[in-house]
Amino acid sequence: MFGYYLQLALRSLGRNRVLTTLMVLALALGIGACITTLAVLRLLSGDPLPGRSAQLYYPQIDPYPKDGYVPGESKPQENLTWVDANELFAAHRAQRQALVALGSAKIQPRDAGGRPFFGDAVMTTAEFLPMVGAPFRYGGAWSAADDAAGARVVVIAGFLNQKLFGGANSVGRTLRLNGHDFRVVGVLDRFSPQPRFYAINLGRSYGDGDGVFLPLRAGRAVKLDPYSVSCWEAADIEHLETAPCMWLGLWVELPDAAAVANYKRFLDGYVREQIARGRFHRTDTALPDLMQWLRDENVVPDDARLQAGLAFGFLLICVTNTIGLLLAKCLRRSREIGVRRALGATRGAIFGQFMVEAAIVGLAGGLLGLVFAELGLWGIRHQPAEYAELARLDLSMFVFTFIVALLSALVAGLLPAWRACAVAPAPQLKSA
Amino acid sequence: MMQIKPILAALKRHKAGTVLIALQIALTLAIVCNALFIIRQRTEHLSRPTGLTESNLLAVSNRWVGADGKATESLTETDLAALRQQAGVADATMINSYPLRGGGWSLGADTKPSDKDNVRRPTAQTTLYFTDEHALSTMGLKLVGGRNFRPEEVRWVDPRDFETNVPVIVSQALATKLYPDGHALGKPVYLSSTKPATIIGIVERLQVPWTGNWAANFAENSVLLPFLLQGNFGNYLVRTRPGEMARMTKAVPALLFKTNRMRVIPEERGVRTFAEVREQAYKSDRGMAILMGVVCAVLLAITAAGIVGLTSFWVGQRRKQIGVRRALGATRHDILSYFLTENLLIGAGGVIVGAALAIGMNLWLVSHFEMERLSLAYVAVGVIALLLLGQGAVLAPAMKASRVPPVEATRSV
Repeated sequence: MFGYYLQLALRSLGRNRVLTTLMVLALALGIGACITTLAVLRLLSGDPLPGRSAQLYYPQIDPYPKDGYVPGESKPQENLTWVDANELFAAHRAQRQALVALGSAKIQPRDAGGRPFFGDAVMTTAEFLPMVGAPFRYGGAWSAADDAAGARVVVIAGFLNQKLFGGANSVGRTLRLNGHDFRVVGVLDRFSPQPRFYAINLGRSYGDGDGVFLPLRAGRAVKLDPYSVSCWEAADIEHLETAPCMWLGLWVELPDAAAVANYKRFLDGYVREQIARGRFHRTDTALPDLMQWLRDENVVPDDARLQAGLAFGFLLICVTNTIGLLLAKCLRRSREIGVRRALGATRGAIFGQFMVEAAIVGLAGGLLGLVFAELGLWGIRHQPAEYAELARLDLSMFVFTFIVALLSALVAGLLPAWRACAVAPAPQLKSA
Repeated sequence: MMQIKPILAALKRHKAGTVLIALQIALTLAIVCNALFIIRQRTEHLSRPTGLTESNLLAVSNRWVGADGKATESLTETDLAALRQQAGVADATMINSYPLRGGGWSLGADTKPSDKDNVRRPTAQTTLYFTDEHALSTMGLKLVGGRNFRPEEVRWVDPRDFETNVPVIVSQALATKLYPDGHALGKPVYLSSTKPATIIGIVERLQVPWTGNWAANFAENSVLLPFLLQGNFGNYLVRTRPGEMARMTKAVPALLFKTNRMRVIPEERGVRTFAEVREQAYKSDRGMAILMGVVCAVLLAITAAGIVGLTSFWVGQRRKQIGVRRALGATRHDILSYFLTENLLIGAGGVIVGAALAIGMNLWLVSHFEMERLSLAYVAVGVIALLLLGQGAVLAPAMKASRVPPVEATRSV
């Protein structure tokens, strides 16, 4: 039966080439636009650490002065001061924890002719790389003792190892950072969480990932300055450790809800204690998990959401258009339907026949839509945004395209098919 | 006019088709209105003047290697001297940032000293440009009052530690904001400080380094300070002589490396003509405007095609009735105007719903994105455009209908 419907549908579609092309084209454009924008949205709102993100939390407090404070109307700050970060870190209330600050390090190639260049450097503590599951190709992370001693050790990214050491095992070799020698203790395999959740200013945080990871104290000792420093009064940025400035992030690993509740209590307790000591004036705290933190930081730009909304409006119009055209086509064939009904076809059979026709339009639209989506993504890849070159269709998006296409075509086919199967055979035959 | 009643009666028999066309027109109107509005906003944004004379202007970003703080003073002075002596260069200056660059220094400006115990909002938000007496001629700024810096007023300072009690040049927008009576020259301006700077000059226009919406309410509030900042990072602006731009784009970095090898000029964005600066600053705005334009065009085409398709079908279906009307004395013109009127009625229904949808959609956008209220002129233009589009789309099938011969009435199939 299905084969027969297929044959009928193909013949009917072939009879009205212009109309069929129009339907397929409209549907394909709508689907292509939707998939393109969805791929970008998915990329932007993706999980940087699948499987681990639910256990990573980001404690936030507010060391700002009292001026202009309205309880309940202010949000805790994005970063911590050196003092608070170290107090929270030393309390060690989480399973694993790490301090993070991003800066720019001058990297000096060993060979004489190489010009020095600047690369993103992550100043952090020993547990950071194991906690976020960074894969090592050679060596491993440094130890807590290295942190405390401010040891001049460094873990470098695979691409940097390729660039500086030709991809060889460089563990034990030295790297010159900001004019000081650092011993390589580990080389990472591909590690580039999208976005780099540990960086503030997330809009610029897609791409290859960071070049070097080094102990926080060692980084500070060689005058590596963090990118993001925000001070609430005039401050000597040279001595960030004592300045009223926030520049450090603390990531903590909390395995379950009880641990999260405990940590939040600890954080509130810490703030109350600071208020009692007169250091703090504001009680707000927050403990978002990784994905919530990304949402708080508005990691998805407005333009991307606007484009996705637009694309769905576009698809809606295309589906409306397809309904109209399918309806026109099938009503035109009232006589043919009448004959088929008179010859014994059930309403279900007629309905099935028209749904098959709609499904073919949908599949063709989906296939062409995929081409449009690839074209759209190719266009996106040539945009200036940092995430741009990561915009690609993966297998799940591929399957999703077809499901969207098929569903929209079937939805579009419902009304015409229902109208078709409601055709009464007798009047159609009478007028013939 | 007398045709409207029979048209409505006929449409009642084609409810589904009628509603679909009207719905499609409504949705198209809603999206096209908002898209056009976004295009206007973006193009307005990206054609905003900086106040600079942007032709023949080169921006170079420079980072010293192995030198920082005070040591960079003499290095930079050597650079600037070399640049100013280079044939083909009209003038050059060093500045911490420049319009459309993206990063910079922003703080509050006030006519009274800031008061630590009594915190209030400053009169104006502003950006600080740290530069020297060559800034006006290099950037091509238009001085509308007062004077330029004198060479002896320009000093090197540590960016972490300086007092702003110096002569400054402000943009007209900031001057008016601080002193609405128009007498800003010679008056004090407190730059988040207890010691005042003195306004010695006013330039017609000078944009802040940021183009984002968040900087929109102080987009032209700028202050030029006669300070050169120590440190290993700085920007040079170079004004080339007319016709020398292409040559200087290569000659300037070569000259700098010849002067001193221990520096990094990034390969990407290290040396940019101001046209490139502008293009890069507004790339996403332009991209959005183009995308919206394409979407509008495609939507209108699809809607038109949908109207052509459905109307053609109706004409085919009613050939016999048309034949009967023709046989009973209706002229071709009557048939043509029947279909045109029919489309106009459907279109009218569609645009009424569509106008409401467009306004509703805009209200939603306003509440979720940084967007202004849609002006009704856009809705009016959209309504007229869609009605005309409908009439245009229906013309071909209607012409076909008008050519149906009266003899069709006698045919039974």
